[in-house]
Amino acid sequence: MSQPLRQTPLYSLHQEQGARFAPFAGYDMPVRFAGTLAEHAHCRRAASLFDVSHMAQADLHAPPEAVENLLPAAASTMAQGEQRYTLLLNEQGGIRDDLMIVRRGENAFRLIVNAACRDKDFAVFAEKFAGDFTPRPDLALLALQGPQAALTLNRLAKGAADMRFMTAAQMRVAEVDCLVSRSGYTGEDGYEISCAAREAESLARKLAAAPDVMPAGLAARDSLRLEAGLCLYGQDIDETTTPAEAMLMWTIPLARREQANFTGGKALQNHKPQRQRIGLVSESKRPVRRGWKIINPESGKPAGEVSSGGVAPTSPMPFAMGYVFLPAPEKTLLLHPPAGADVPALRHKMPFYPHKYFRP
Amino acid sequence: MPDILYSKQHEWLRIEEDGKAAVGISEYAQDQLGDIVYVELPEIGRTVAAGQEAAVVESVKAASEVYAPADGEIVEVNAALNDDPALVNRDAEGGGWFFKIKLAASPPGGLMTPEAYRAFVAEEQ
Repeated sequence: MSQPLRQTPLYSLHQEQGARFAPFAGYDMPVRFAGTLAEHAHCRRAASLFDVSHMAQADLHAPPEAVENLLPAAASTMAQGEQRYTLLLNEQGGIRDDLMIVRRGENAFRLIVNAACRDKDFAVFAEKFAGDFTPRPDLALLALQGPQAALTLNRLAKGAADMRFMTAAQMRVAEVDCLVSRSGYTGEDGYEISCAAREAESLARKLAAAPDVMPAGLAARDSLRLEAGLCLYGQDIDETTTPAEAMLMWTIPLARREQANFTGGKALQNHKPQRQRIGLVSESKRPVRRGWKIINPESGKPAGEVSSGGVAPTSPMPFAMGYVFLPAPEKTLLLHPPAGADVPALRHKMPFYPHKYFRP
Repeated sequence: MPDILYSKQHEWLRIEEDGKAAVGISEYAQDQLGDIVYVELPEIGRTVAAGQEAAVVESVKAASEVYAPADGEIVEVNAALNDDPALVNRDAEGGGWFFKIKLAASPPGGLMTPEAYRAFVAEEQ
């Protein structure tokens, strides 16, 4: 018998806002409000509010050296209030999850992991850190993303606009205690706001009431992140992909690669990637879809596969990410859908839409 | 005969003054699909059978088949949808038509009246 779907603390608010729901990672999540393309466009133009409370948050009280025994992040050189995007690897150097880590104190960290990976990630953390690792199911998470996000948040939390990208601070937002980080999953400037679940609705209402803010669902979240060249765990990265193949070695500082004392570190040192994650733009208006084969047009031979495909109102043609075997085709590609004609495409550096991170 | 008839696969069919039958997807279908970003129209001259795949409509997330609601021959396609697929969302049962059929049999059988379709949709929900 299957489990009933969980709800985030904002479920009834979403119903009020006219959301359409669909199951995601065991949650009944808002997929769209006004419409995916409209929500995407609004995010790049103004500010969109996302409920990402399905993501799993946890506290870790451990010395940074112990954190570095598990994660490739340079935990010991993170200042208080700094945030990093990092990976949890398996023993073979494959990616178990991608996550955010915030240093909150000398031996205090906040972790945010993917909802679908919560159980397996938390088992790893609990096994290593026991009682020093504390899941926080009592917290909600909102994301406010877009060029107007800073101005909007600053009205409710003075000083928010001065925060640098990838920093986090405890602050009161509209009278709610929050851990606010200047980060996101859209490529836009914006914030991720963690607060007590019981205060989330009140906070979300205040944010949604702001003049430039519209709610956005998971479908827009997906088109935004793909257009920004960001990976989705389970589609673009998984336990069989290494950071080298996924072009995510930048998340592991050189010194940490040399130390190799994190899970998967030694395997990664000995690893020679056979394939590479690339971006591509189609020459047809037909949306590119996950699973389409990539063919080398010169040899006619299979060259790889699409891992995520999408369209956006802010990109003229459909775009996608996928993996190609090395040596990779340099420029022109041919895409082979399960039905219909083959489609020419071109390799394209990611992001497909420029990042707007606040790095003054 | 009512102006517009519906299939169980959420297509509509409307016989026009010149006897051709225009076909599209219902207002309910476009709402369910969300933003439509691409349409693949059939070749003119193609023979279709009721229930046979005739076109493809793609939303942001997924592709869906559009089935011919009746037997006949494709005699016209709505080229406007190539540049403006969102027209299907804006005017699904009017300007967002996909193709026109020269019907093999008139009136076409096996389709629902608007009232019957409304009831059918209500049951599905």
